[in-house]
Amino acid sequence: MTGAGQPLLSVRNLKTYFTQDEGTVMAVDGVSFEMAPGATLGIVGESGCGKSITARSIMRIVDRPGRIVDGEIHFKRPAGGDGPGEVVDLATLEPNGALMRSIRGAEIALIFQEPMSSFSPVHTVGSQIIEAIQLHQPLGRQAARERAIEMLRRVGVSSPEERVDQLSNQLSGGLRQRAMIAMALSCEPTLLIADEPTTALDVTTQTQILDLMRRLQREDGMAIMLITHDLGVVAEMATDVVVMYLGRVVEQAPVDAIFHDPKHPYTRALLRSIPRIRSRTRERLTPIAGAVPHPYDRPTGCPFHPRCPEFMAGKCDRETPTLRSVGDHHAVSCFLYE
Amino acid sequence: MTAARQPLLRVSGLQKLFPIRKGFLKRTVGHVRAVDGVNFHIDEGETLGLVGESGCGKTTTARCILRAIEPTAGEVFMRVADGSVVEVGKLRRAELRALRREMQMIFQDPFTSLNPRMTLLDLVGEPLLVHGLRSRREREERVADLLRRVGLRPEYMRRFPHAFSGGERQRIGIARALALHPRLVVADEPVSALDVSVQAQILNLLQDLQSELRLTYLFVAHDLSVVRHISNRVAVMYVGRMVELAGTEELFSRPKHPYTAALLSAVPEPDPRMRSQRIVLQGEVANPAAPPGGCYFHPRCPHAIEVCRTQAPTWQELSPGHFVGCHRAEELELPGVE
Repeated sequence: MTGAGQPLLSVRNLKTYFTQDEGTVMAVDGVSFEMAPGATLGIVGESGCGKSITARSIMRIVDRPGRIVDGEIHFKRPAGGDGPGEVVDLATLEPNGALMRSIRGAEIALIFQEPMSSFSPVHTVGSQIIEAIQLHQPLGRQAARERAIEMLRRVGVSSPEERVDQLSNQLSGGLRQRAMIAMALSCEPTLLIADEPTTALDVTTQTQILDLMRRLQREDGMAIMLITHDLGVVAEMATDVVVMYLGRVVEQAPVDAIFHDPKHPYTRALLRSIPRIRSRTRERLTPIAGAVPHPYDRPTGCPFHPRCPEFMAGKCDRETPTLRSVGDHHAVSCFLYE
Repeated sequence: MTAARQPLLRVSGLQKLFPIRKGFLKRTVGHVRAVDGVNFHIDEGETLGLVGESGCGKTTTARCILRAIEPTAGEVFMRVADGSVVEVGKLRRAELRALRREMQMIFQDPFTSLNPRMTLLDLVGEPLLVHGLRSRREREERVADLLRRVGLRPEYMRRFPHAFSGGERQRIGIARALALHPRLVVADEPVSALDVSVQAQILNLLQDLQSELRLTYLFVAHDLSVVRHISNRVAVMYVGRMVELAGTEELFSRPKHPYTAALLSAVPEPDPRMRSQRIVLQGEVANPAAPPGGCYFHPRCPHAIEVCRTQAPTWQELSPGHFVGCHRAEELELPGVE
């Protein structure tokens, strides 16, 4: 989002729809944002807001019947040898084509929420990391194994020479998430997409993993797209934030503005509703009325209008607001600012 | 809460060991010490928060209190409606059934804890039927009243749970728990599966119901921010043992156990200006099947000294109502949150 230089990733008007007999779910409905090299972009929102489908669209691993129906995903590939890297539109690539496969896992890597289910239970952790390395790098088995051990050591796995031959169910949740990060970073991606990377972990383990991600980012300089529902994690990690609701970006801004000068009624309400550790004991919370609508019952107009305290009848329920700039790198999608 | 503080529930020396069986003859080769010597009481009308990370024994403690599982040792005393105190572990089947009207449970996952083939009327009316309310008309009236209390429209009582959102389903679970006028409600992670914007609604509802119906809560949770918003007192568990117990304000602002301080410090705050140095605990939670000698926390404790490795700390009352199990509780100055 910073002005200087070319963005690493530029998503423009992305639409990913799931068409079924019951109707069409517009999981991602016109999402746009940019990421600078080395930045940490937090994408926050509640269930059904489309944050994970956005990530899967970028990786081109959206499950059927989901399909990118519109939009562009410009990704700047790392410079190879001489000259700057070329920019490709991932949205136009064949999901299983050679180019996408050489980008996915190598230049853009993904770590998931569930460290339990992201490794095969019948292969050793090492063999899976080695496979990932050999898929993208011309290394022999022994060299790849050494690289895997080195990566495990870097992510803080103790006695990696032994761990490399263990099955994933022999590792604790925290160690599994470390191994997952080791696998994701083994090919030195320029973009790491972390989808709820600490949600399944205990809070003291979460601290370790966030700490680790920050250290690896400092050392390797990759950009991180951090997808989470936890505003605490975003405040801790992100440089810029995108807030999503029902498939749309409602607000985007540098992290300080999101938390200290939020504009969109949803962002404001969300910040008021969360329990805080520095609150008065047994203080009442200010909830957001209602619930996130079912995806088949998408409201007309602004998707947040049925829950919005600033709802303007005849406007918000009829017309759809668009993202407009309200300040320095700060954009909001709300009629209050038009 | 009230002038006359009377314990509604008292737990003394509670222990639950799960045998580890191995081999052809399924011989017991060891025990998982899920809960190991836990003592506390809950006053009538108050909320005791029980916190700790996964596997610390908080859910097992809750289940032992309800006698959903049989404790290995220890006593649970409950003051029943007529004012007499009964020992839950000594009750016969019929007596236990009568007592269960007074202690009810709210579960974590509103998606799996409600039978999808039962209507709201059946779900909320079932406990009434089981406990002898045979008249269908009276049951319907009572269910309508309960649904109103938890903020659901009584007209919905012939619908099935799948028609409701997560927050609404949790309301159904609460209505079901309240059907028999319980005095003690054990809530096991009641908001952790809900969207952030909905958590606040349920926490406020639980507080309202508490003051309207004079309920006493045992609130089991891993999220310290949530616990701060609902509890009068908080107990912290680590590997089957209680490490600290104090009034909420006291525990959050002046923790005396290094584990409590680490937990408090680990919670990421939704404010980028508060990014601070966190206490990053090394290593992993001890294995409850083979806990370390001495204090179970010593391998991860930044303040451990020789005695911590060899002797288990005693459970002492450091100041009135502030209990801690740490050798160095008196000398350590630990950071809390204001």
